[in-house]
Amino acid sequence: MKNPYLPLPMRLVKNFVETEDKLIHTFTLEFLNEEDEKLFQYLPGQFAEVSVFGVGEAPFGIASSPTEPGHLKFSVAKVGVVTTTLHQLPEGTVLGVRGPLGNNYPIEEFKGKNLVVIGGGFAFTTLRSLITYILHPDHRGDYGELTVIYGARNPGLLLYKDELAEWEKRPDINLVCTIDRPVEGWNGRVGFVPTVTKEVAPSAENAYAVICGPPVMIKFTMPVLEELGFAPEQIIMSLENRMKCGIGMCGRCNVGNKYVCKDGPIFTRAQLNQLPNEY
Amino acid sequence: MLLVNKGQFTDWLNQLIQVYQVYAPVKEDDYFCFKKINSGDQVTLNYTNSKVPPKEVLFPRSEKLFCYRYENGGVQLTEQIDESKKIIVGLRPCDAKSFLLLDGVFNSDKYHDPYYLTRRNNTVLVGLGCNQPAATCFCTSLGGGPFATEGLDLLLVDIGDRYVVEVLTDRGRELLSGLELPAADQEAQEAARRVKEGAALSTQVNLEGLKSKLDVIFYDPIWDLIHEKCLGCAACTYTCPTCHCFDIVDEAEGNEGCRIRNWDACMFPLFTLHGSGHNPRPTGKERFRQRVMHKFKYFVDNFNAIACVGCGRCIINCPVNLDIREVLAEIQGSEVRSDKQ
Ligand SMILES: Cc1cc2nc3c(=O)[nH]c(=O)nc-3n(C[C@H](O)[C@H](O)[C@H](O)COP(=O)(O)OP(=O)(O)OC[C@H]3O[C@@H](n4cnc5c(N)ncnc54)[C@H](O)[C@@H]3O)c2cc1C
Ligand code: SF4
Ligand code: SF4
Ligand code: FES
Repeated sequence: MKNPYLPLPMRLVKNFVETEDKLIHTFTLEFLNEEDEKLFQYLPGQFAEVSVFGVGEAPFGIASSPTEPGHLKFSVAKVGVVTTTLHQLPEGTVLGVRGPLGNNYPIEEFKGKNLVVIGGGFAFTTLRSLITYILHPDHRGDYGELTVIYGARNPGLLLYKDELAEWEKRPDINLVCTIDRPVEGWNGRVGFVPTVTKEVAPSAENAYAVICGPPVMIKFTMPVLEELGFAPEQIIMSLENRMKCGIGMCGRCNVGNKYVCKDGPIFTRAQLNQLPNEY
Repeated sequence: MLLVNKGQFTDWLNQLIQVYQVYAPVKEDDYFCFKKINSGDQVTLNYTNSKVPPKEVLFPRSEKLFCYRYENGGVQLTEQIDESKKIIVGLRPCDAKSFLLLDGVFNSDKYHDPYYLTRRNNTVLVGLGCNQPAATCFCTSLGGGPFATEGLDLLLVDIGDRYVVEVLTDRGRELLSGLELPAADQEAQEAARRVKEGAALSTQVNLEGLKSKLDVIFYDPIWDLIHEKCLGCAACTYTCPTCHCFDIVDEAEGNEGCRIRNWDACMFPLFTLHGSGHNPRPTGKERFRQRVMHKFKYFVDNFNAIACVGCGRCIINCPVNLDIREVLAEIQGSEVRSDKQ
């Protein structure tokens, strides 16, 4: 019987301070055993439980894309016991990773469709995975137009700045970054994500919207998407309930009769409309 | 049906102890609990039911999942899977049924819990029918009964100085193979029949139509009142044979340690508290609603069975007498509104 509680050993090869406020670090991990990498077949949107042995484990969205072999990436906000310890770990530390867990963004259904990716704050992790996956030369042709709207309070809080700069230059992605208030040296847009989404006005025709961010951003962007004509079936969201087992057994993460860890974390707005609002 | 006298039964337990870990009801202070026994005389079988259900034999309150040790620049993990052969003797039919419900959780389409399932596959269940159900028992409302056999390998029926043994599975038959038990004679069968007839339950809960009410009750104001008495102590979930929530924590000493899982409960506020401080179930109302909805709606949606066996433990152990039978009756008696918030 395969034991779903046993983590695979991975080495922390990079502990990178991602944001100016230093509250988000991006961790790059490499498998200690080559065979394990083959076992760990994931798709954008899935998550994993990362173990700091002796401290505990916590679930994080996988920020790397399966098109980037050899390592996994996680971007982690410092909020509690495991995340604070992670932030302090020296490179070279051996960690554990359990997964991949949960479902993925419906990349098959996205094929042939235009995509509008909307992210806010540090909830950009699995969106990075998705965008990187789609931009890969093997996949880019399968998808239509790609619009990315990404907001943060200030430029220092945007994740993956180097990559944003590269995407900016590409003709096959329409990247719109926005910050809440004007800052010297910022040439991009200023304004909250819902307002900017309204301005960019992506068409809902033959399109899907994928939205991840803080609850307020989601709350105010929803009506904008609805106005633009996105039906609940066309809006994809990712939930983050508190989790332990990640495999539907510890009873912690349910929303109604669905377990976010096993049946999610990715749901369409239409599916969430059928569930109680306990997330 | 076979027959065994009580003296012989104790001898049999003593034989089984040589080969199996035998768990049976043992008296502790003023209650009973399932303990691993070293001798047949430790067992008390004229008991009503155990304080904590025998689920703790298969799913302990606290258990090691694995131990880790940092060495040679890597980490060594050792699984802690308990492969010993076990027997649970004297469990009640309701508790046997709870294992069938837990099976669904721990053996899902996608994941298999090796800790629970290994123990489960290595454990033989010898049930004991209930000659005198408690006032809090309502198993018959949930498709069970004081002499129900579902999930059991053997069922004992106490007819005074002897037990009538109903052999229900091959595993049960094998367990008896060392004993040359006589078939139950007509007199014993008659006695067993009388005992069964005399075992009447005092309460029934009407579950007809409950599910369709619960399907639309989530936002109903009824929850504002129902939970009011509840203290959030989780005695009800801790002693429930079908509750399966757990927490996972690490314990470390130097460069080695263990990952442990402990029972946890949806009645606690920290259970669902996010790292951000947001809590999807911020008050007792949401938590009590979760407990009821999980057992009587969500579990039914997912497994086509109610996650309650009517053992009555949550009623006995609640410090403020919050009675699940009354809660269900209240829901049944109300005009459920389904105004979504
Ligand atoms: C599917 C999924 C994907 C996720 N992806 C990401 C991601 O990509 N990046 C990311 O940063 N996060 C992500 N998260 C969130 C992340 O899992 C949590 O931030 C993390 O589990 C916190 O772990 P911790 O041990 O640091 O916090 P904990 O120490 O468990 O505590 C977190 C908070 O809980 C409260 N708390 C817990 N225990 C107690 C107690 N005993 N007493 C009082 N208060 C207590 C406190 O408010 C504390 O601040 C994701 C979550 C899910 C479910
Ligand atoms: S809910 Fe109460 S009566 Fe039902 S199985 Fe659990 S403890 Fe027993
Ligand atoms: S035992 Fe009673 S008071 Fe305690 S959590 Fe359960 S219902 Fe509430
Ligand atoms: S995290 Fe355990 S059930 Fe979802």
